[in-house]
This record gives sequence, C-alpha cells and structure tokens, in this order.
Amino acid sequence: MSEHDYKRDFPVFEKYPDIAYLDNSATTQKPQAVIDAVSRYYREENANPLRGLYELAVKATDAYENARIAVRDFIGAASEREIIFTRNASESLNLIAYSWGRANIRENDEILVTISEHHSNFLPWQILANEKRAKLKFLKCSETGEYTAEALKKALTPRTKLFAIAQISNVFGRVNPIKEFAEICRANGTLIVCDGAQSVPHIPVDVRELGVDFLAFSGHKMLAPMGIGVLYGREELLEEMPPFLYGGEMIEFVTLCGATFAELPHKFEAGTVNAGGAVGLHAAIDYINAIGFNEIERRENELTKLLVTEMQQVPHINIVGSHDPDEHHGIVTFTIDDVHPHDIAAIFDESGVCIRAGHHCAQPLHKYLGVQSTVRASVAFYNDENDVRRFMDCLKTIRRRMGYSD
Amino acid sequence: MTNFYNEILTDHNMHPVHKHELSCCTCSRDGINPSCGDEITLNLNVENGVITDGSFTGSGCAVSQASADIMLDLVIGKSVEDAKHLHELFVKMIHGDACPAEIDELEEAGALADISHMPARVKCALLGWRTMAEMVG
Ligand SMILES: Cc1ncc(COP(=O)(O)O)c(C=O)c1O
Repeated sequence: MSEHDYKRDFPVFEKYPDIAYLDNSATTQKPQAVIDAVSRYYREENANPLRGLYELAVKATDAYENARIAVRDFIGAASEREIIFTRNASESLNLIAYSWGRANIRENDEILVTISEHHSNFLPWQILANEKRAKLKFLKCSETGEYTAEALKKALTPRTKLFAIAQISNVFGRVNPIKEFAEICRANGTLIVCDGAQSVPHIPVDVRELGVDFLAFSGHKMLAPMGIGVLYGREELLEEMPPFLYGGEMIEFVTLCGATFAELPHKFEAGTVNAGGAVGLHAAIDYINAIGFNEIERRENELTKLLVTEMQQVPHINIVGSHDPDEHHGIVTFTIDDVHPHDIAAIFDESGVCIRAGHHCAQPLHKYLGVQSTVRASVAFYNDENDVRRFMDCLKTIRRRMGYSD
Repeated sequence: MTNFYNEILTDHNMHPVHKHELSCCTCSRDGINPSCGDEITLNLNVENGVITDGSFTGSGCAVSQASADIMLDLVIGKSVEDAKHLHELFVKMIHGDACPAEIDELEEAGALADISHMPARVKCALLGWRTMAEMVG
C-alpha cells in the first residue's frame, strides 16, 4: 500500500521516527507545506488584515481572503460570504447557538441532538434550551452507531427548530446519511447543523450536495494550525443573524448610541483575525487537494480495515460500534476486558504508540452505551502498516502486562 | 517513556488485600477523580490516634486501585501522625521531589515513583492517599 511515504512530508516524524501516531481524530500532524506557508506569511505578508491602507496590509488581506475562497471551493459553498473563520469547530457551533439560537428559539420549541454528539455539539444546545425553556431531545442510535431516517422522522415534531448531528461521530467513525436527513429536516421546517470536525478532513464534503444549513469544522484536525476553524452557513440565514461578538472590524458605522454592522462574513469576525492560521488552512487544503480524496480515503480505509480485522482476532477486545471495517472511517474505539482505558493508554505510551483514552468528549454516549470510558485509535493517510503492526503488537501484550493469563 | 506497570502494582490491582467492606469503621469517605472516573470509598477505624483497620471499595484504573491498596498496607497499625507523614512523603515522591531514603521509607508505595513522569496519572496514584489524609487531617 505504501507506494508513497507521506510521512516524509511531516517533520514531526523526522524528529520522532519511532512513534506510531494514532490519535489523528484529536489532532493531525502538520506537513512542511503548512508550516512553510505560515512562516512565509509572517515573514513576507504580515500586517493587520482588513484595515490596511498600505501595500503590506493589502497583501495580508489578500492572503486572508484567498484562504476563505479556498475553503469555499473545498466545501462547495456558493459564496465566500458564507465562510466564517473561527477558532475551531467548538466556536463555530457556539456561534450558531448564541446568534441564531438566541434570536430564534422560544419557549417550548424543540432542539434535537443525537446521543453521540461531541460535547461541542451538545452543550451549546443544552445551555440554549435551558435558557429559553425549550426542550432538548435526543435521537438514539443502534448498538452499531446507526441513525435511521425512520427514527429521525419520528423524533421530529412541528416544534423542532433545529437538529444537530455530526457527519462522522468521533467515537463510532460511522458516516451518517446527512443528505437524506437534511431533506427530512427541510420538509419539516427544521434547520440542520452538521458537525464536520471528523468528516471534512477525511471524505469529500459538499455543503450544497448535502443540503445542510450549517457546517462546522476545525483546521487542526485537517493538517492546518491550531486556532483556525470554519463555520459555513447558508447566506440567507447568516444575513438574518445578529453578530456573535462585537468589536473591531465587524462594524460599518458606530455612534454613541448605536452601530450598523459589516457585511458578511466580517459581521461575524470581530477583532483582529487569525490570518496566519487561515493561510495555514489554505496550504492544508492545497496539500489535501494535491493528494486527492481518492487516495486519502483509499489509504485510510485500508488501514482501518487492517486494524479492525486484526483486532477482531484478539480475545477480550470489544470494538465500539459496527463490526464492519467500512463503517469506521479511520476511527476504532474499543475496550479491553478488565483493563482500564487509562492503563491501556499508558502501556501503549511505553511502546511509543499514541492513542487516546477517556470519554472523548462524548459522556452522554458513554453513559448510553454503558461504559465509563474507552480507548480510541484513529488513522490518517500518512500512517502506514508499520504503525498498525506496532499498535497490534502492543495491544496483544496488554492483558498479560496487567497480570492476566490470556 | 514510563514503566510503572511493575509486579507490585499489577499484583495489588488484581489481588487487593484491603478491597472489601468494613463493618463498624469509625469513618468512611468517597474519593473521586471526575476526569478519569476513578472512585473509591475509603473506610478507616481510628482508635486513640491509631489507624487500627482500613479497607476500600470502588473502581478505577489499576494505578488508583493498587495505590489505595498499598497505602492501606502501609498505614494500618500506624498512628495518624505517621500516616500523615507518609502521605507527605508520597506526595513528594509523586511530584519527583523525594530522595532515595524517603522513597525507601514508603516501602512498596515506592514502586509508584515513576508516575511522576506521567502528569496525567498523578491524581490516580494520589486518590487513596488524598482521601485518607482528608479523613485524618
Ligand atoms: C465530532 C467532533 N466535534 C467537535 C470537535 C471539537 O473540535 P475542536 O476542539 O477543534 O473545537 C471534535 C474534536 O475533538 C470532534 O471530534
């Protein structure tokens, strides 16, 4: 499979040739191309964007706005006015809840979220519902992490104003049928908020094809720097929404008793922006496009399949969600009988294998599944069979290391 | 890289001596690490300033469970003052500040010294000790 050694593009693996980095759902490593682009921005194009009346500031503004155009094209948005830069997916989701939510949710309205949402697509709605005395309802999944159209239709009522769902859950790794769900929601007059934190980095996502009203994702999970994220929103919705934060660069006109606000998308980008981060995200998008999702998916699916099928051979390993490797998209969450996930993670760490243990910011799901915490391995296209082998070699020793005979 | 899953730790985790209920104890207290989900209930029998008996129940990672068991091994039969002193030494060791003589004084609990390299696990190792110190403090 490893015709091309993508690890060579990532300086971290030069520094640590011996680690098997399998925590890509938490954050990815950064390729040289991204690091160089950020560095070049600060060396050659830095000024405060959007305020400049001189050439360098124009360069900074161009660099920032070109990144927005790259994001627009990457997710198939109709206009760059629909692309808002934020810090991360969490901030994007909070923006919707604060701005759209506070203007539109009323007492007795209903908000529907899935039981497997990340806390970032859960808490903003819980807080909003409590504040507005609206009702928060939960859509439940099967044991394999599947959500069905029938269940969604049943859960929706004429009062359901919004449905929040991840395209790919960070625990199950399963792709939800967002396009179908968006149609069902539209027919019901319900907005659909799609959390793309785990999907946008790994599969082609087209917002118009999916028909979602909002999409949130983080740059750092797709090779870009930390601190840059995106909110996509349909233009008509964003136009009607009040600003989220107030301050510099988001106004048109300010007087002692009021203000008018800037046009989209700047209305939602108060204060000095993260232009270096946006430039890094632009470079990440270029890098991903150069490889192509065909290749990215092929590699990630092969590695996932290897991981899942090998893990299924080992006794006392319980994979969360589907038994079908094709339903995991790089994410394999599991438990080992009698061994606490934090002990598992520490033993992996001794072997230089980086994985994650805990509740993965999805406590309601863990409670629903009846487990306190789990372990998660997650691959990216730059991983290779050797990483999987390292992981498997260590996995097989864990119960014995903890004193069990098998 | 760490190596604290030694025999002492795994043995106390799999075959804890003090993990059971304790009827007629003089005090008991819950200790919880919300982020890890480690939770124990510690029971102590304190008579005339001496810890005459103790036990714990609960669940959590091997580090939290073994550390609580080892702690009870050490403090049962000791005066409250001695237990407090051992607690201080243990905290010192877990933060990487104890000298070899002090680690010796901690006997089997010294097997957890390497946890000082794993900041995320320090609170697991401390759970039993912290709970004990709160009870007698
Ligand atoms: C599904 C999902 N949603 C949201 C987030 C939050 O991302 P961030 O921490 O970058 O805001 C994550 C990342 O952990 C995630 O996996």
